[in-house]
Amino acid sequence: MKQDKHGKNHKFGMVVDLDKCTGCGSCMVACMSENNVPFKEDESNKKDSLTWMRVYKITNGKSFPETEICYMPRPCMHCGGKGDHGHSPCVSVCPAVATDYDHSSGIVSQIYTRCFGCRYCMGACPYHARYFNWWDPKWPEGMESYLSPDVSPRMRGVVEKCSFCFHRYQEARDLAYVEERDDIEEQEYQTACTQACPAGAITFGDLNNPDHAVSQLVEPDAHNCGKPKNPKAFRLLERLQTNPKVYYVSEREWVRKAGDNYLDGEWEKVKNNHGKDHG
Amino acid sequence: MKIDRRSFLGLGLGAAAGVAVSPATWKLMDDSSIWTQNWSWTPVPRDGEVTFDNTVCSLCPGNCGLSVRKIDGRPVKIEGRADYPVNTGGVCLHGVSGLQYLYDPSRIKTPLKRTGDTFEAISWDDALELVATKLAEIKDAGKADRIACVTNHGVGTIPGLFGRFVKALGSNNVYAMDTMDKTWEKTLEKMHGVHGTLGFDLENSDFVLSFGTGLIEGWGSPVSNFKANSSRKERGATLVQVEPRLSNTAANADTWIAAKPNTEADLALGMANVIISNNLYNTGYYVSGFGPGFDELTAMLKENYSPEAVAQTTGIKAAVIVDLAKRFVKAGAPVAIAGKGKGATPGSMREFAAVHLLNCLAGNINTKGGAWILSPQDYDQWPAVEMDDAASEAIEKPAMDPAGSVAGFFAKAGADKSVEALLISDANPCFALADAQAVTKAVQDIPFVVSFSSFMDETTQLADVVLPSHTFLERTEDLPSGAGMARRVTGLAKPVIDPVFNTKNPGDAILAIAKAMEGTVGDSFPWESYEECLEAVTGDLWSDLSDQGYAAVQETPPATRPSVDFTFVAQNPAPIAAEGTEADFALILVPLDNVRIAAGSIASSPFAVKTVADTVLLGKDVLVEMNPETAKANKLSQGDLAVIETPRGKATVKVNLFEGIMPGVVAMVKGLGHAMDENRYVNGKGVNINELMGPVMDADSGLDAVWGIRAKISKA
Repeated sequence: MKQDKHGKNHKFGMVVDLDKCTGCGSCMVACMSENNVPFKEDESNKKDSLTWMRVYKITNGKSFPETEICYMPRPCMHCGGKGDHGHSPCVSVCPAVATDYDHSSGIVSQIYTRCFGCRYCMGACPYHARYFNWWDPKWPEGMESYLSPDVSPRMRGVVEKCSFCFHRYQEARDLAYVEERDDIEEQEYQTACTQACPAGAITFGDLNNPDHAVSQLVEPDAHNCGKPKNPKAFRLLERLQTNPKVYYVSEREWVRKAGDNYLDGEWEKVKNNHGKDHG
Repeated sequence: MKIDRRSFLGLGLGAAAGVAVSPATWKLMDDSSIWTQNWSWTPVPRDGEVTFDNTVCSLCPGNCGLSVRKIDGRPVKIEGRADYPVNTGGVCLHGVSGLQYLYDPSRIKTPLKRTGDTFEAISWDDALELVATKLAEIKDAGKADRIACVTNHGVGTIPGLFGRFVKALGSNNVYAMDTMDKTWEKTLEKMHGVHGTLGFDLENSDFVLSFGTGLIEGWGSPVSNFKANSSRKERGATLVQVEPRLSNTAANADTWIAAKPNTEADLALGMANVIISNNLYNTGYYVSGFGPGFDELTAMLKENYSPEAVAQTTGIKAAVIVDLAKRFVKAGAPVAIAGKGKGATPGSMREFAAVHLLNCLAGNINTKGGAWILSPQDYDQWPAVEMDDAASEAIEKPAMDPAGSVAGFFAKAGADKSVEALLISDANPCFALADAQAVTKAVQDIPFVVSFSSFMDETTQLADVVLPSHTFLERTEDLPSGAGMARRVTGLAKPVIDPVFNTKNPGDAILAIAKAMEGTVGDSFPWESYEECLEAVTGDLWSDLSDQGYAAVQETPPATRPSVDFTFVAQNPAPIAAEGTEADFALILVPLDNVRIAAGSIASSPFAVKTVADTVLLGKDVLVEMNPETAKANKLSQGDLAVIETPRGKATVKVNLFEGIMPGVVAMVKGLGHAMDENRYVNGKGVNINELMGPVMDADSGLDAVWGIRAKISKA
């Protein structure tokens, strides 16, 4: 069901060039700073460390000196769900409509004041992209001064996650409205991580718009739930049919293979399309 | 009214229907759920007008342009400045975290004076007076040459003012923290007979051969290097990384060559031998031919650095060495670079000279995509320093470390306890220099220490007077590029907010002290404020600096074709081994620079610490990296607590197994192990590797030359 009857729908998505990513962590901090993400004295227990954007380090498992590593930034995948109809794993299980799929932008929302902390969504999310506030956020004395009014600080007992910097989309739309434009430009809406990445590894834009860089980089197949036509591009756990809107690109085959789980010998058969069609 | 069964049911059903239809229930539920989340301690940030201010970051020598987003005058977010020539919009995580430094409640909020073991808050007037009086006493006693000053960087007008102040007192003891720039300077003196530093035009080079430089671990100007590196694919450029460990740079490179630790020079000399013996060097480049020593060099290389011999030393196959040498010299715009890790420590001159020899043979000096010899920064023009007789007499005495090494200075200061007063500006030598304990002892022995700092770091804790500085977001300061950048850009940091605490620009503090001292010292500082001074001494540059926030001083390679003197390399300087004997310490511990951890004068921000992997820092424990083979040989497994011991000290660490590190080598991250009680985000987390390392001074440069130390490790 399409909710937006006015004009064309957007489908905002992200492409990460894993051959450019250096694992520097700028995206993680730009995200935390943009979205008022709190921090604790000890953040080394990564299971309770709130990181909307988290950079994973993966290796090819070979021994010295054949070893290779690759960094993989992981925001919320903003899944379209099976058939790309908006039934994201998390949206499907939320009993409070605290997380919802916006058909006009393709963004999976999170309304903190609606969330009552059941954490079904965290269990449903195959990407560990959601985090629970086990404690109230506390900023050291005086540091509250840098909090941004664009994103409300969360409270104990709710789940939070990457929003594709939705407030930036709202701002861009507001500006377009004031200037009496029908739509926003590609560069008017960019996420904080994309903007900060010093390696230029992250590209953000509208996957439905063939003029946008994201579409050109991965060539999403509109008739196949946005599956990338570019053989060097892949999505994480493609075969779960979650239809993420975050794509990864790498020239390295072992990196692309790491994007999903394969039985022995299975990879050779599917390596150019990463599994079945979604139909 | 009589309540019978009928009316009871009727009322009951009516009430049920009323409740179901009325929005009150849902409204109350909604209200109560909002109320339970509307706790007074959850902040509600104030809204307001959005503005942007430009400034320049000085957390590292990269000096990126920043755009600070403000709401109603309140800075809320730091972003990269898109039209700034160094970083064009990109920004590293430390720069983004700038506001955490600004609002850090553990900042020094007011001037402090030591009384016994504690600090007492005093007024600025009293503090400045105290420093002026004490320094005047030392000067009047004829000991002006025993006053020393250590700044974090050596260029720009704030370090300039400090240097000028100490000169005006009559001392040559002015030091900036040691970095690779100092080794490059000495290498250029030896090989080209010029005074200057080396910049690398990485964004135009098509073959970058890096000898352990952490190009994407924060080397030099980090964001500029990230950009040059990530455009490699489009430009068809190649990166080859020589390093015993699979660093991020090695992982990102096209080829990783795992040479044994501290054999980079041998590999470079072996490559030079291949290039010369196959007549592949760029003869067309040097119009007047090579300078002295070329024949001796040829003979020396032939005798000592055959591919087979170098293969033995470095552990790299001879065929690989030959192939690499040929690929390098045949590339269109090759460049070889040295300066390990972030380049924040000096290095062996043999290594730098051997690496630079490759540049000379490739004929890429002062060419597009090559290595540029940059004359010293001289845009700041100062009037002559005025000196009275006492100062003129004292200045005749040489600096305590003639090589200008800050490590050498503290070694001397610790040994003969002759320093009377030390001024420290934005530097933290007690943490950042090798053998941190010895440096700490040396500073403790200095009778009068003044720290100009924003934070109560390890060095400031030892000060007698603390003069709190503005952070980079509150201060005006000119920031010239250096740190391996080929293009020259000087940035201007401008305050984006009024000072949060009772702090001063260190430039203003030094002016005030000079004025309080009166006489020729006061006369040498005719400016009313630091900003007036800055405008006066930057001269021609000022209009660009103030109008656009930066001045591009040089964009194209210098026009000269310098001659090359091969004598130094031809003498085959001996390699400098890591401290310790193989019999007692079977392993080599190498420092590891991690871009997410600030390892210099500042501690990491809470955001930065948060991004550090649990394979690097777990709770309060640092993890050292070792190959599973090394672990097996030492009966260790993943996560084990272990004791690592070097000739300089020992520490308890945890074990992290990593296939990407050479067996026999153990790596430990730099920048952890701060002892800063009030900053609980860094205090006591991990171990400061500088407590395990010692400087090994290079006789040729007078600088600390070794990357690593011998070590042993066993289960705790």
